[in-house]
Amino acid sequence: MDLNKRYTPQTWPDHPETATLEGKNKFVGFWLLLAAETVTFASLFATYLALKDKGPSGMEFSAAGLFELPLVFAMTMLLLTSSLTSVYAMYHMKNHNFKAMQAWLGITVLLGLAFLGLEIYEFNHYVHLGFGYTNSAFSSAFYTLVGTHGAHVVFGLSWFIALMLRNAKRGLNMYNAPKFYLASLYWHFIDVVWVFIFTVVYLMGVIG
Amino acid sequence: MAHDTHDIHRSRAEFEFIKKKRAAEMRGQLTSFAMMIFLTLIAFTLVAADFSNYLIVPIILLLAAIQVVLQLYHFMHMSNKGHGVMAFFMFSGMFVAFLTVLAMVTIVWW
Repeated sequence: MDLNKRYTPQTWPDHPETATLEGKNKFVGFWLLLAAETVTFASLFATYLALKDKGPSGMEFSAAGLFELPLVFAMTMLLLTSSLTSVYAMYHMKNHNFKAMQAWLGITVLLGLAFLGLEIYEFNHYVHLGFGYTNSAFSSAFYTLVGTHGAHVVFGLSWFIALMLRNAKRGLNMYNAPKFYLASLYWHFIDVVWVFIFTVVYLMGVIG
Repeated sequence: MAHDTHDIHRSRAEFEFIKKKRAAEMRGQLTSFAMMIFLTLIAFTLVAADFSNYLIVPIILLLAAIQVVLQLYHFMHMSNKGHGVMAFFMFSGMFVAFLTVLAMVTIVWW
Protein backbone atom coordinates (compact mmCIF):
# COMPACT_ATOMS: atom_id res chain seq x y z
CA MET A 1 0.00 0.00 0.00
CA ASP A 2 1.23 3.48 -0.82
CA LEU A 3 1.65 5.42 2.41
CA ASN A 4 0.96 8.68 0.61
CA LYS A 5 -2.32 7.49 -0.88
CA ARG A 6 -5.09 10.08 -0.65
CA TYR A 7 -8.05 9.30 1.57
CA THR A 8 -11.52 10.71 2.11
CA PRO A 9 -13.47 10.53 5.37
CA GLN A 10 -15.40 7.63 3.78
CA THR A 11 -12.32 5.53 2.99
CA TRP A 12 -10.29 6.47 6.09
CA PRO A 13 -9.88 3.43 8.43
CA ASP A 14 -11.37 3.41 11.95
CA HIS A 15 -7.96 3.17 13.59
CA PRO A 16 -5.50 4.83 11.19
CA GLU A 17 -2.78 4.83 13.87
CA THR A 18 -2.57 1.00 13.81
CA ALA A 19 -3.80 0.29 10.26
CA THR A 20 -0.27 -0.27 8.87
CA LEU A 21 2.46 -2.52 10.22
CA GLU A 22 4.66 0.53 10.67
CA GLY A 23 1.91 2.18 12.72
CA LYS A 24 1.41 -0.97 14.83
CA ASN A 25 5.14 -1.21 15.57
CA LYS A 26 5.36 2.44 16.55
CA PHE A 27 2.31 2.06 18.74
CA VAL A 28 3.75 -0.91 20.71
CA GLY A 29 7.20 0.67 20.93
CA PHE A 30 5.79 3.94 22.15
CA TRP A 31 3.80 2.38 24.99
CA LEU A 32 6.97 0.54 26.02
CA LEU A 33 8.72 3.92 26.16
CA LEU A 34 5.91 5.35 28.30
CA ALA A 35 6.26 2.42 30.74
CA ALA A 36 10.00 3.12 30.95
CA GLU A 37 9.30 6.82 31.47
CA THR A 38 7.03 5.88 34.37
CA VAL A 39 10.04 4.25 36.04
CA THR A 40 12.28 7.25 35.25
CA PHE A 41 9.85 9.63 36.91
CA ALA A 42 9.34 7.23 39.82
CA SER A 43 13.06 7.38 40.60
CA LEU A 44 12.91 11.19 40.55
CA PHE A 45 9.79 11.24 42.74
CA ALA A 46 11.42 8.78 45.16
CA THR A 47 14.54 10.95 45.37
CA TYR A 48 12.42 14.04 45.95
CA LEU A 49 10.38 12.37 48.71
CA ALA A 50 13.54 11.14 50.44
CA LEU A 51 15.23 14.56 50.26
CA LYS A 52 12.22 16.83 50.83
CA ASP A 53 13.08 19.71 53.18
CA LYS A 54 16.57 18.24 53.76
CA GLY A 55 19.76 20.24 53.45
CA PRO A 56 22.49 21.96 55.41
CA SER A 57 21.58 23.04 58.94
CA GLY A 58 20.07 26.50 59.07
CA MET A 59 18.57 26.10 55.60
CA GLU A 60 15.87 28.75 55.28
CA PHE A 61 13.77 27.14 52.54
CA SER A 62 11.10 24.50 53.05
CA ALA A 63 8.30 23.27 50.79
CA ALA A 64 5.65 24.70 53.12
CA GLY A 65 7.18 28.19 53.02
CA LEU A 66 8.08 28.24 49.33
CA PHE A 67 5.22 26.91 47.20
CA GLU A 68 2.17 28.98 46.33
CA LEU A 69 -1.06 27.28 45.34
CA PRO A 70 -2.70 29.84 42.98
CA LEU A 71 0.17 29.60 40.46
CA VAL A 72 0.20 25.80 40.63
CA PHE A 73 -3.58 25.73 40.21
CA ALA A 74 -3.33 27.87 37.06
CA MET A 75 -0.58 25.61 35.66
CA THR A 76 -2.67 22.52 36.41
CA MET A 77 -5.74 23.93 34.63
CA LEU A 78 -3.67 24.90 31.57
CA LEU A 79 -2.09 21.47 31.22
CA LEU A 80 -5.33 19.60 31.92
CA THR A 81 -7.18 21.66 29.30
CA SER A 82 -4.38 21.10 26.78
CA SER A 83 -4.85 17.37 27.35
CA LEU A 84 -8.51 17.72 26.35
CA THR A 85 -7.70 19.83 23.27
CA SER A 86 -5.33 17.12 22.03
CA VAL A 87 -8.18 14.61 22.48
CA TYR A 88 -10.23 16.90 20.21
CA ALA A 89 -7.35 16.91 17.70
CA MET A 90 -7.33 13.09 17.61
CA TYR A 91 -11.13 13.05 17.28
CA HIS A 92 -10.78 15.09 14.09
CA MET A 93 -7.84 12.95 12.95
CA LYS A 94 -10.09 9.89 13.13
CA ASN A 95 -12.74 11.78 11.12
CA HIS A 96 -10.04 12.68 8.55
CA ASN A 97 -10.56 16.39 9.11
CA PHE A 98 -7.00 17.68 8.74
CA LYS A 99 -7.69 21.39 9.23
CA ALA A 100 -9.68 20.88 12.43
CA MET A 101 -6.94 18.59 13.76
CA GLN A 102 -4.24 21.18 13.03
CA ALA A 103 -6.35 23.91 14.68
CA TRP A 104 -6.83 21.88 17.88
CA LEU A 105 -3.15 20.96 17.94
CA GLY A 106 -2.39 24.67 17.61
CA ILE A 107 -4.55 25.40 20.67
CA THR A 108 -2.80 22.56 22.52
CA VAL A 109 0.59 24.10 21.72
CA LEU A 110 -0.55 27.55 22.92
CA LEU A 111 -1.80 26.13 26.23
CA GLY A 112 1.45 24.18 26.61
CA LEU A 113 3.47 27.35 25.98
CA ALA A 114 1.42 29.21 28.62
CA PHE A 115 2.17 26.40 31.09
CA LEU A 116 5.85 26.59 30.25
CA GLY A 117 5.86 30.38 30.67
CA LEU A 118 4.40 30.04 34.18
CA GLU A 119 6.96 27.36 35.08
CA ILE A 120 9.84 29.56 33.91
CA TYR A 121 8.38 32.44 35.93
CA GLU A 122 8.13 30.17 38.99
CA PHE A 123 11.72 28.86 38.77
CA ASN A 124 13.04 32.37 38.10
CA HIS A 125 11.15 33.63 41.16
CA TYR A 126 12.63 30.91 43.40
CA VAL A 127 16.17 31.53 42.14
CA HIS A 128 15.77 35.24 42.93
CA LEU A 129 14.72 34.31 46.46
CA GLY A 130 18.01 32.42 46.79
CA PHE A 131 16.55 28.95 46.25
CA GLY A 132 18.95 27.87 43.50
CA TYR A 133 19.76 24.37 42.21
CA THR A 134 22.76 24.02 44.54
CA ASN A 135 21.02 25.50 47.60
CA SER A 136 20.28 22.14 49.26
CA ALA A 137 19.52 18.48 48.64
CA PHE A 138 15.87 19.54 48.65
CA SER A 139 16.36 22.18 45.95
CA SER A 140 18.35 19.81 43.70
CA ALA A 141 15.71 17.08 44.02
CA PHE A 142 12.91 19.59 43.38
CA TYR A 143 14.46 21.17 40.27
CA THR A 144 15.50 17.80 38.85
CA LEU A 145 11.99 16.34 39.21
CA VAL A 146 9.95 19.34 38.08
CA GLY A 147 12.61 20.39 35.56
CA THR A 148 12.63 16.95 33.91
CA HIS A 149 8.87 17.26 33.53
CA GLY A 150 9.35 20.76 32.08
CA ALA A 151 11.90 19.35 29.62
CA HIS A 152 9.27 16.82 28.55
CA VAL A 153 6.83 19.67 27.96
CA VAL A 154 9.44 21.43 25.78
CA PHE A 155 10.02 18.22 23.83
CA GLY A 156 6.29 17.53 23.43
CA LEU A 157 5.66 21.07 22.15
CA SER A 158 8.60 20.86 19.70
CA TRP A 159 7.25 17.51 18.50
CA PHE A 160 3.76 18.92 17.86
CA ILE A 161 5.13 22.00 16.10
CA ALA A 162 7.49 19.92 13.91
CA LEU A 163 4.66 17.57 12.90
CA MET A 164 2.27 20.43 12.16
CA LEU A 165 4.80 22.29 9.99
CA ARG A 166 6.22 19.25 8.20
CA ASN A 167 2.78 17.88 7.30
CA ALA A 168 1.02 21.21 6.68
CA LYS A 169 0.85 20.65 2.92
CA ARG A 170 0.64 16.87 2.95
CA GLY A 171 -2.70 16.46 4.67
CA LEU A 172 -3.50 13.28 6.59
CA ASN A 173 -2.28 9.96 5.27
CA MET A 174 -1.31 6.52 6.55
CA TYR A 175 2.27 7.72 6.94
CA ASN A 176 1.69 10.61 9.32
CA ALA A 177 -1.50 9.55 11.17
CA PRO A 178 0.46 7.29 13.61
CA LYS A 179 2.92 10.15 14.22
CA PHE A 180 0.18 12.56 15.25
CA TYR A 181 -1.43 9.89 17.41
CA LEU A 182 1.79 9.09 19.30
CA ALA A 183 2.59 12.76 19.89
CA SER A 184 -0.83 13.15 21.50
CA LEU A 185 -0.24 10.04 23.67
CA TYR A 186 3.04 11.61 24.81
CA TRP A 187 1.17 14.81 25.69
CA HIS A 188 -1.35 12.90 27.82
CA PHE A 189 1.50 11.14 29.59
CA ILE A 190 3.03 14.53 30.45
CA ASP A 191 -0.29 15.43 32.05
CA VAL A 192 -0.32 12.13 33.98
CA VAL A 193 3.09 12.99 35.45
CA TRP A 194 1.90 16.51 36.30
CA VAL A 195 -1.07 15.11 38.25
CA PHE A 196 1.44 13.45 40.59
CA ILE A 197 3.70 16.52 40.66
CA PHE A 198 0.92 18.88 41.74
CA THR A 199 -0.31 16.34 44.29
CA VAL A 200 2.96 15.05 45.75
CA VAL A 201 5.23 18.09 45.36
CA TYR A 202 2.93 21.09 45.69
CA LEU A 203 -0.17 20.05 47.62
CA MET A 204 1.72 17.74 50.00
CA GLY A 205 4.46 20.38 50.16
CA VAL A 206 2.15 23.19 51.24
CA ILE A 207 0.66 21.17 54.11
CA GLY A 208 4.20 20.41 55.30
CA MET B 1 3.77 -7.04 2.52
CA ALA B 2 4.75 -4.63 5.24
CA HIS B 3 2.15 -1.99 4.52
CA ASP B 4 -0.74 -4.13 3.34
CA THR B 5 -4.11 -2.94 4.53
CA HIS B 6 -7.47 -3.59 2.99
CA ASP B 7 -9.16 -0.67 1.36
CA ILE B 8 -12.33 0.23 3.14
CA HIS B 9 -15.61 0.46 1.30
CA ARG B 10 -18.30 1.64 3.65
CA SER B 11 -21.94 2.11 2.81
CA ARG B 12 -23.40 5.51 3.58
CA ALA B 13 -25.29 4.06 6.58
CA GLU B 14 -22.11 2.49 7.98
CA PHE B 15 -20.23 5.77 7.58
CA GLU B 16 -22.96 7.75 9.33
CA PHE B 17 -23.06 5.14 12.12
CA ILE B 18 -19.30 5.33 12.74
CA LYS B 19 -19.37 9.12 12.72
CA LYS B 20 -22.13 9.14 15.33
CA LYS B 21 -20.29 6.58 17.43
CA ARG B 22 -17.18 8.78 17.44
CA ALA B 23 -19.21 11.85 18.39
CA ALA B 24 -20.71 9.89 21.30
CA GLU B 25 -17.20 8.83 22.37
CA MET B 26 -16.12 12.48 22.27
CA ARG B 27 -18.99 13.40 24.61
CA GLY B 28 -17.71 10.69 26.95
CA GLN B 29 -14.27 12.31 26.83
CA LEU B 30 -15.83 15.64 27.84
CA THR B 31 -17.43 13.91 30.84
CA SER B 32 -14.00 12.53 31.81
CA PHE B 33 -12.53 16.02 31.50
CA ALA B 34 -15.25 17.49 33.73
CA MET B 35 -14.50 14.79 36.32
CA MET B 36 -10.77 15.53 36.19
CA ILE B 37 -11.41 19.24 36.77
CA PHE B 38 -13.76 18.36 39.63
CA LEU B 39 -11.20 16.02 41.27
CA THR B 40 -8.49 18.70 40.94
CA LEU B 41 -10.78 21.29 42.55
CA ILE B 42 -11.53 18.96 45.49
CA ALA B 43 -7.79 18.31 46.01
CA PHE B 44 -6.88 22.03 46.03
CA THR B 45 -9.89 22.90 48.22
CA LEU B 46 -8.99 20.25 50.80
CA VAL B 47 -5.48 21.65 51.10
CA ALA B 48 -6.68 25.28 51.20
CA ALA B 49 -9.28 24.38 53.86
CA ASP B 50 -6.44 23.21 56.14
CA PHE B 51 -7.80 19.85 57.34
CA SER B 52 -5.60 17.39 59.24
CA ASN B 53 -2.67 16.05 57.19
CA TYR B 54 -3.61 12.47 58.04
CA LEU B 55 -6.94 13.08 56.35
CA ILE B 56 -5.72 15.13 53.36
CA VAL B 57 -2.73 13.07 52.18
CA PRO B 58 -4.52 9.74 51.55
CA ILE B 59 -7.48 11.52 49.94
CA ILE B 60 -5.46 13.66 47.50
CA LEU B 61 -3.31 10.63 46.56
CA LEU B 62 -6.51 8.69 45.84
CA LEU B 63 -7.90 11.60 43.78
CA ALA B 64 -4.63 11.69 41.78
CA ALA B 65 -4.86 7.94 41.16
CA ILE B 66 -8.46 8.24 39.90
CA GLN B 67 -7.47 11.12 37.62
CA VAL B 68 -4.59 9.09 36.17
CA VAL B 69 -6.91 6.15 35.51
CA LEU B 70 -9.24 8.53 33.61
CA GLN B 71 -6.30 9.86 31.56
CA LEU B 72 -4.94 6.39 30.74
CA TYR B 73 -8.23 4.61 30.04
CA HIS B 74 -10.18 7.41 28.37
CA PHE B 75 -7.83 10.07 26.97
CA MET B 76 -5.15 7.51 26.02
CA HIS B 77 -7.77 4.89 25.00
CA MET B 78 -6.34 2.06 27.11
CA SER B 79 -9.91 0.79 27.55
CA ASN B 80 -10.18 0.18 23.78
CA LYS B 81 -9.58 -3.17 22.09
CA GLY B 82 -5.98 -4.22 21.38
CA HIS B 83 -4.45 -2.52 24.43
CA GLY B 84 -3.73 -5.68 26.46
CA VAL B 85 0.01 -5.57 25.85
CA MET B 86 0.06 -1.82 26.53
CA ALA B 87 -1.68 -2.37 29.87
CA PHE B 88 0.91 -5.06 30.70
CA PHE B 89 3.75 -2.60 29.92
CA MET B 90 2.19 0.17 31.98
CA PHE B 91 1.36 -2.02 34.99
CA SER B 92 4.90 -3.46 34.97
CA GLY B 93 6.24 0.10 34.89
CA MET B 94 3.92 1.16 37.72
CA PHE B 95 4.96 -1.88 39.80
CA VAL B 96 8.66 -0.97 39.49
CA ALA B 97 7.72 2.66 40.15
CA PHE B 98 5.92 1.68 43.35
CA LEU B 99 8.89 -0.40 44.57
CA THR B 100 11.29 2.47 43.82
CA VAL B 101 9.26 5.00 45.78
CA LEU B 102 8.67 2.54 48.62
CA ALA B 103 12.41 1.77 48.89
CA MET B 104 13.50 5.41 48.90
CA VAL B 105 10.82 6.55 51.34
CA THR B 106 11.51 3.75 53.85
CA ILE B 107 15.30 4.00 53.58
CA VAL B 108 15.15 7.50 55.16
CA TRP B 109 12.52 6.50 57.73
CA TRP B 110 14.94 6.37 60.67
